[in-house]
Amino acid sequence: MTWSQIANQPWMLWRRQVAAILRLELKKSLFSKRAWWIYFLALGPVVITGLHSLFTNNFHHSLGEDNMIFAGIFQVYFLRLGIFFGCLGIFSNLYRAEVLERTLHYYFMSPVRREVLALSKYFAGLIAATVYLVGSVILSFLFISAHWGPVFSQYLLHGPGLHELTWYALTAALACVGYGAVFLLTGVIYRNPLIPAAVVMVWENINPFLPSLLKKVSIIFYLKSLCPTGEIPADGPLAVLATVTEPTPAWLAIPGLLVVSMLLLSYAANRARKLEVSYSE
Amino acid sequence: MSEPRIVFDNVSRFYGEVLGVNRVNLSIPPGITSLVGPNGSGKTTLMNLMAGLIHPSRGAVSVLGIPPSRPEELFRKMGYCTQFDAFPKGLTGYQFIYSFLLIQGLIPSEAAKLTDEALARVSMTEAAHRPVAAYSKGMRQRIKLAQAVAHRPTVLVLDEPLNGLDPMARAETIALFKQWGEEGRHVIVSSHILHEVDRISDQVILLSHGYVVAEGQIQGVRSEVKDQPMQILVRCDKPGLLASRLFEQDHVVEAKVSDDHRGLLVRTRDADNLYLLLNRIVLDNGLEVEAVAPADDDVNSVYQYLIGAEGGTT
Repeated sequence: MTWSQIANQPWMLWRRQVAAILRLELKKSLFSKRAWWIYFLALGPVVITGLHSLFTNNFHHSLGEDNMIFAGIFQVYFLRLGIFFGCLGIFSNLYRAEVLERTLHYYFMSPVRREVLALSKYFAGLIAATVYLVGSVILSFLFISAHWGPVFSQYLLHGPGLHELTWYALTAALACVGYGAVFLLTGVIYRNPLIPAAVVMVWENINPFLPSLLKKVSIIFYLKSLCPTGEIPADGPLAVLATVTEPTPAWLAIPGLLVVSMLLLSYAANRARKLEVSYSE
Repeated sequence: MSEPRIVFDNVSRFYGEVLGVNRVNLSIPPGITSLVGPNGSGKTTLMNLMAGLIHPSRGAVSVLGIPPSRPEELFRKMGYCTQFDAFPKGLTGYQFIYSFLLIQGLIPSEAAKLTDEALARVSMTEAAHRPVAAYSKGMRQRIKLAQAVAHRPTVLVLDEPLNGLDPMARAETIALFKQWGEEGRHVIVSSHILHEVDRISDQVILLSHGYVVAEGQIQGVRSEVKDQPMQILVRCDKPGLLASRLFEQDHVVEAKVSDDHRGLLVRTRDADNLYLLLNRIVLDNGLEVEAVAPADDDVNSVYQYLIGAEGGTT
């Protein structure tokens, strides 16, 4: 496609259509009974870190130890479980929930390019994932050290705290971008999201053992390099999860993850064009 | 320039090993076209193929020259009221129509205008701001119809649109279909209610087991059914005399005098010859004839002849 062809596309129409689809999709993505377990995944660490702050005295450990614990929670819980399964729930359901509720045909009977529909749904999912999962990361980071009071404020506002928080939030948001693209694609291709989710999970977890080229065809490869605390001290299987086998600078990791996500999204949009409405299970 | 048509070119659709429709060739002109056939005959499959909700296993479909694989163009011209009785959650009738008009890319003021117009057309203005989930089946049917026609499409595909409607709403809806047909739009309707199909259709497509059994104007379809003698009802003052004269002809297979002794139901293998003969008998015998009319060139009769009891949907 040439630049003049790109310029001649009906961008204004697509912008209005994306906005209209987002209006409908956000209601579903943000407030859905079906998504109770995603709220649980997001709220869990917030509640635990909150309780930690309420019932911990400052004599037995240091702020640095709290930071290291949060780094562990982020790498092991958020990246491997919370964001992974949260995105699975949000993005796989963008099409699947409509099939279960027998409402997908209303979108398919609208004069909207299926690619525009797929991207609009993706954006709605991304907003919901950011609100719940990135929000959970930010709140957990703040709560885990809140009991340090003025020391933590000093660390946050005048020390490296804000920089770390920004990178955690950015890494979590990029995780939503990457896993969102993966699970939008699996949601478009498969009716049952569990089998592809299991395959993706295995793939992401064997990443440290893959050849260098294959490592780059994953989301976790890029995310691990972006974590601000770097490697955390861990033993056994946790050590494998936390090890950064091939450190990649941020200027390469962020575009790399975005390129992988865009490729996945393009394929998902293409597959969406061939989708049929079939409600028989 | 030829009139725009909906064209099926040797279309087949299989669901795994199950046949949906097979080798369908159709060229549907504007006006009201009814799809008639028993459950599982392929009516909904044909409609879904037209709308691109499913894709043909073989062959090609085009609607006014647009392939259904381009929904962004097709649904500017087409509205489809499906059989699915489901709606996006949490919307009122008004929001349901308005939201999907916005998705078409309309500006809010235009979408609001068309929403009001569509609601008025199906007499749902008063209930517009109630949640769709609280609607009766008839109201849900009407709000679906309103959503399908809100953007003023030139092709309307309506799958069992009269289901759940009360007699008044049914009559109003049929009048609406007639109006759209007369305006030169394509109105494709599937219905089990054959006498209503008969009243509104410009042409019918009869389906059985995924095959098109017959298509065209119903009288034309009836005359093609050669193995079933035509039934003609003659209202006259001397039906007995007329019966005796007609029985002299080889092509007359049955003649039955009505209970009131003012009518004769004739079954013949050659209707054209019968009409000529009738003129002669009337003149020769001074019969007073009130009416002569075919008695079985309606959809119901043709359906029974071609599809028979297997349908069981009348």
